[in-house]
Amino acid sequence: MTWELLLAGLVLACLVLYALLAGADFGGGVWDLLATGPRADDQRRVIERAMGPVWEANHVWLIAILVLLFTSFPRAYATIGTALHLPLTLMLGGIVLRGTAFVFRHYDSHRTEVWRSWSRLFAVTSVITPFMLGVCLGAAASGQIRVDAAGRVAPEAAWAWLAPFPLAVGALTVAVFAFLAAVYLLAEVDDPELQRAFRKRALGASAVVTALAWVTFFAAAEGAPHLRAGLWSSAWALPFQAFTGALGAGILAALVTQRRQLARVLAALQVTALVCGFGAAQYPYIVTPDITFTANAAPQAVLQVVGGGMVMGLVLLLPAYLWLLRVFHAGGALDTPSAEDTP
Amino acid sequence: MTDLLAARSQMAISLAFHIVFAIVGMGMPLLMVLAEGRWLRHGDPLDRELAQRWAKGTAIMFAVGAVSGTVLSFELGLLWPELMAFAGPILGLPFSMEGFAFFFEAIFLGVYLYGWERVPPRAHWLAGVGVFLAGTASGAFVVCANAWMNNPTGWSRLPDGTLQIDPVAAMFNPGAPGQVLHMVVAAWLSVAFAVAAVHAWYLRKEPGNRFHRRALEVVLPVAMVCAVAQPLTGHVAAEHIAHAQPAKLAAAEAQWETMARAPLRLGGWPDEEAEVTRYSVELPGLLSLLSFGEVDAVVTGLRDIPREDRPPVAVVHLAYQVMLGCGMAMLGLSALIAGLWWRRGQLPDDPRLLAAIVAAGPLGVLAVEAGWTVTEVGRQPWVVYGVMRTADAVTPVQGIPFTLAGYLGLYVALSVLVVLLLRRQFHHAPHGGAA
Repeated sequence: MTWELLLAGLVLACLVLYALLAGADFGGGVWDLLATGPRADDQRRVIERAMGPVWEANHVWLIAILVLLFTSFPRAYATIGTALHLPLTLMLGGIVLRGTAFVFRHYDSHRTEVWRSWSRLFAVTSVITPFMLGVCLGAAASGQIRVDAAGRVAPEAAWAWLAPFPLAVGALTVAVFAFLAAVYLLAEVDDPELQRAFRKRALGASAVVTALAWVTFFAAAEGAPHLRAGLWSSAWALPFQAFTGALGAGILAALVTQRRQLARVLAALQVTALVCGFGAAQYPYIVTPDITFTANAAPQAVLQVVGGGMVMGLVLLLPAYLWLLRVFHAGGALDTPSAEDTP
Repeated sequence: MTDLLAARSQMAISLAFHIVFAIVGMGMPLLMVLAEGRWLRHGDPLDRELAQRWAKGTAIMFAVGAVSGTVLSFELGLLWPELMAFAGPILGLPFSMEGFAFFFEAIFLGVYLYGWERVPPRAHWLAGVGVFLAGTASGAFVVCANAWMNNPTGWSRLPDGTLQIDPVAAMFNPGAPGQVLHMVVAAWLSVAFAVAAVHAWYLRKEPGNRFHRRALEVVLPVAMVCAVAQPLTGHVAAEHIAHAQPAKLAAAEAQWETMARAPLRLGGWPDEEAEVTRYSVELPGLLSLLSFGEVDAVVTGLRDIPREDRPPVAVVHLAYQVMLGCGMAMLGLSALIAGLWWRRGQLPDDPRLLAAIVAAGPLGVLAVEAGWTVTEVGRQPWVVYGVMRTADAVTPVQGIPFTLAGYLGLYVALSVLVVLLLRRQFHHAPHGGAA
């Protein structure tokens, strides 16, 4: 195995973890936006309790992706920063407003109208941010970002993201994150009424995800032919389709038969499969078709230090990370208010 | 406004904004751990209350720091793609380690902020220690990366054009120790003075409030120790700059002429056209002595540096004077506090002294901003000193003035909101009762 492949694999692994953890936090914001009924604010409080202690740590996977990109595949990082300048800037605006609105809501006055205004800002930016993230991933796969041998990005690339395929990936990303959040939340509330609400949302979201997956797939015919070829006609395409299909059916069955923990595990597997499928179909490109991870890697000495350091660091980090998730997400349902809620 | 100037301005305001929250992430955990440690030892609930109040302010600041730091990691590529295409791999080690440190910081802070009732007291305190160590380490690693831009070691270009990189040598470049030491102490110092000012303000309004007295008893010793240490770490950093970046030293001191027995200048206004510095107080020979250890050492002047390689002198000199002035004022005030405390045998709470502590609140943060101005503007026109010019690193994307305006508006709004929210946290502070 080569070091380039290890580092590219680490980027993908971080993307998977970002989707599974931070993605669910974004999805929480989607359900904050769509909270309805007399107990809408209860739903919002459950979401807040689920995210509060963990969202900042979950967010760090995005930083890890950035650092891995610019240390190991510097030309890819420079290309993305140039070609996707506008969507990335919009995404950053979303990241800043969302994080601050979430924390400000907690520490500002708890008068209903103040609390709801912060909620609204947090919720809207929780939709915009993952949408722009998906748009950027879609644009990188579209083949419309061209780079010459000297590393100059073609000027038309600036608009590559405003096309059906990247926009479809953006919408799909939001739907997937919302789906994950609903399934996670369902597993962590005891109140039957809240359970019903989140089950309904999980089922609805899975229908939307399926529909958007097909839209994205059709848009890929014109919009990302290399990616589509990987997902449709490569050697692993058929087993992959069968696996994700079976997972989808399993999740539906688990939701309907009230196996909430099983649904949570299967949903996480499903999203892992989706992101890995995207990564495998992109192989060997980071930005299709001019930036591959094989031809644009940093010198070996760097890959060894960063790759080795990253693996060692993860081994050190994981116990602490699992401790955090255990303290706040094992036992003790999220709909039981605790003393720490009131600032 | 040109796109280059807009990109530089956007980077500058992003850094200036983020650094305030970054130092809070380094300094506040120290104070929280000290207060909670007192509680574990003596069991006085006032200490626990103090740690919890501070934790709330820290939570707000940390979140803003996390998102504004994310903006910076993107802006490296959004604004300076050619810098990162070249230097990204060289800086990989410190930035990866910073990522891990920040990860640990976020994890331990999650446990610390939300875990008061969920983990045992000792484990909770240890989580606080984890936040402190990880926060400080994360700051130190970032400064290592910045120090490389001033001292680009650990790489060479082979005849075929490829880079040969020694990531460890790049990270531990000769400028790193001085810069890291100076920045870490600066963070503790400025946070301690800012926090002291808040509690001095409330203690003035409500003399005898035990909560605010206790806060000052915890925070003032930190402030005083750091105020004494900081000129020493600054001296280490400056001595290195004198050798490694003569243009930066000359701009900071507004030294135009290459000469032995170069004077240390206080104040003054450098005239970049006439190449002289007016209205300054000069202490003969002191610059030579401080920079090179002997009065007769020769200090390079700006006239011997080609115009196209000179940093903007007025900005750098002015910022340097502001930093030194703030540092000296904090040192002086610390001496006064120490003297009064020692004579009285208990926390001095003379209203005039408290007023002085309130007035000194912003000095540390101001010094940090000014110091970074010296470091960054003093390196111009280079982004990587002597290797890559800032103009060659900038993005080809046009319309940067618009994103600059967007960030400016966003950060101004956030600054106002943060101040309002922090006020909320302290406004309802407990009335610890009269002593």
